[in-house]
Amino acid sequence: MSKNRQPALADGAPTGGRGRAFASSVKGSWVLIFLGLEIAFFCFKSPGFAAFDSGQMLLFYGVQVFLLATAELFVIITGGIDLSVGYVLGFASIVSIKLIGWFGSLGLGTGLSLLLGVGATLLVGLIPGLVNGALVAYLDVPPFIATFSMLGVCHGVSELIINGVYAMGLPKLASDIGTGHLMYVGPGGASLFQKPIVDRGVSVLEIVPNIVVVTAIVVGIFAFALARSKFGRHVYAIGGNVDAAVRAGIPVKRRLLGVYATSSFLASLAGVVYAFMYVSGKADAGASLLLDSIAAVVIGGASMFGGSGTVGRTMIGALIIAVLDLGLRMSGTPTFDKYILVGVILILAVIVERYMQEAA
Amino acid sequence: MDYLLETRDITKRFGGLTAVDRVSIALERGEALALLGDNGAGKSTLIKIISGVHKPDEGEILIEGKKARIESPMDALAAGIETIYQDLALAENLDVGANIFLGRERMRRSLGVLKVLDDQSMREEAQKVLDRLDIHIPSLKKTIRTLSGGQRQAVAISRSIYWDAKVLIMDEPTAALGVSEQKKVLDLVRTLKDQGIGIIIISHQMYDVFEVADRLAVMRRGVKVGERVVKDTTPDEVVGLMVGSETVGKER
Repeated sequence: MSKNRQPALADGAPTGGRGRAFASSVKGSWVLIFLGLEIAFFCFKSPGFAAFDSGQMLLFYGVQVFLLATAELFVIITGGIDLSVGYVLGFASIVSIKLIGWFGSLGLGTGLSLLLGVGATLLVGLIPGLVNGALVAYLDVPPFIATFSMLGVCHGVSELIINGVYAMGLPKLASDIGTGHLMYVGPGGASLFQKPIVDRGVSVLEIVPNIVVVTAIVVGIFAFALARSKFGRHVYAIGGNVDAAVRAGIPVKRRLLGVYATSSFLASLAGVVYAFMYVSGKADAGASLLLDSIAAVVIGGASMFGGSGTVGRTMIGALIIAVLDLGLRMSGTPTFDKYILVGVILILAVIVERYMQEAA
Repeated sequence: MDYLLETRDITKRFGGLTAVDRVSIALERGEALALLGDNGAGKSTLIKIISGVHKPDEGEILIEGKKARIESPMDALAAGIETIYQDLALAENLDVGANIFLGRERMRRSLGVLKVLDDQSMREEAQKVLDRLDIHIPSLKKTIRTLSGGQRQAVAISRSIYWDAKVLIMDEPTAALGVSEQKKVLDLVRTLKDQGIGIIIISHQMYDVFEVADRLAVMRRGVKVGERVVKDTTPDEVVGLMVGSETVGKER
């Protein structure tokens, strides 16, 4: 081919004016600005909010939202939705307590029965996701229907296990882990995991709740998988253009199965963490978290049509909800206000995102 | 020398309808063959047979003189037959490199153990094939969504070429493009021909056909009604063949 021939396709991407550039630079950061304003507002409203401990508490009470939002993100990127995450959480909170109790009754040590119980729960927790995935991928059931039905099934099975009450009876070690911290700094120096015994009135600095560490590690692993693994690339491709994914030889059905299993794995983990935090399990433990998790993903800029969204931005969305939750609680506002506000913010996020898209 | 691709007496029936009736076409290396015909003439069915989507009821396909078993799209791809449909089959949310390597991603080891996507090398390889085809795309990190229609077409073509297409089937490649972009895609077709790739092009645009095709085959109601060398025919004669009226060409 001749060197001096006119380049076949030389024109650049269409360049826009200044307004366009502004819109696209704000597009990524308006959620951060919103988060900043929100934190500032609560610091102003309730003085106790601007403290190191509030920051930790925020993360502590936010772990369920962080895990469920990550779960929901994977499904939403493929263009689907998982309505069952909240009740899978509840189901897992109950199953973990029952299984840990059962392993304990076999005469195994407390540590070992916790370990086995958690491991077994996470395995059992894959089942709802595998069923969801099989229905969506192999039987062409719409994700909304498949996971909505699973919501009902998990709710019912959970209530059956506990006869409509609570699951209880976790060993003390579980709540020590669930409410404990990674590090303690007291008058006698620093210690890991074990809270030092001190005189009344002497304060011990507690650094990072254990479950926050666990959540950060798990969310980090899944963030990495989404961004850097072949599986993650395929998840985006399926959401971007499923026909293209099929024709490119991507095993789309298997990938969808994996995505729904990922979702229910993370929801189960959130359930286990719930049990360790509150030393109880109940069917509707995560009922109100479905709204929170979908809101976090959408506020984080993911499209409900699939193909976009990142764990990082989803976590910003989740933080916005966690700040709202704690801020309202610290200023003595009833929880119902939070539901209304999350709903309003969700709608606003969609409208702002739409506006940014048109401006860009 | 053997033809690059040859079909012999291909027949395909759907119920009582014979969509393709004993059609034989042949394609040489570096040649562009235009496939013309009105809607329902059987062009698309013939293309789908060659690309493995439909199985023919009769007839055979030869690649470089050897009989080929093409029973699925994967068989066709393995034989070096790539088809670019009008919708291009690109993931618009991913960048150029990711699309060229979609489903066949390059991985590298990170920290000695973890296998991670090697986007750097995928972009480099993408750049190489784009250079080879004289295609210029400002940034390979941009998603397909930000590219123009012609650039998208170029990416789809590059993907086929990267994976060693010998025969490229293009379905209405210029249909959705503006005038200047149409010209660029046609330039690209010439570049591909220069590199020895055989091209079958389906188009309604008579201009395209006369611009880049070497030969043309006209189908009507499932039958091949004529075959012409482009420089020895006229648009009027071709339209006459397509609609089945012998008078059209004689008005001049």
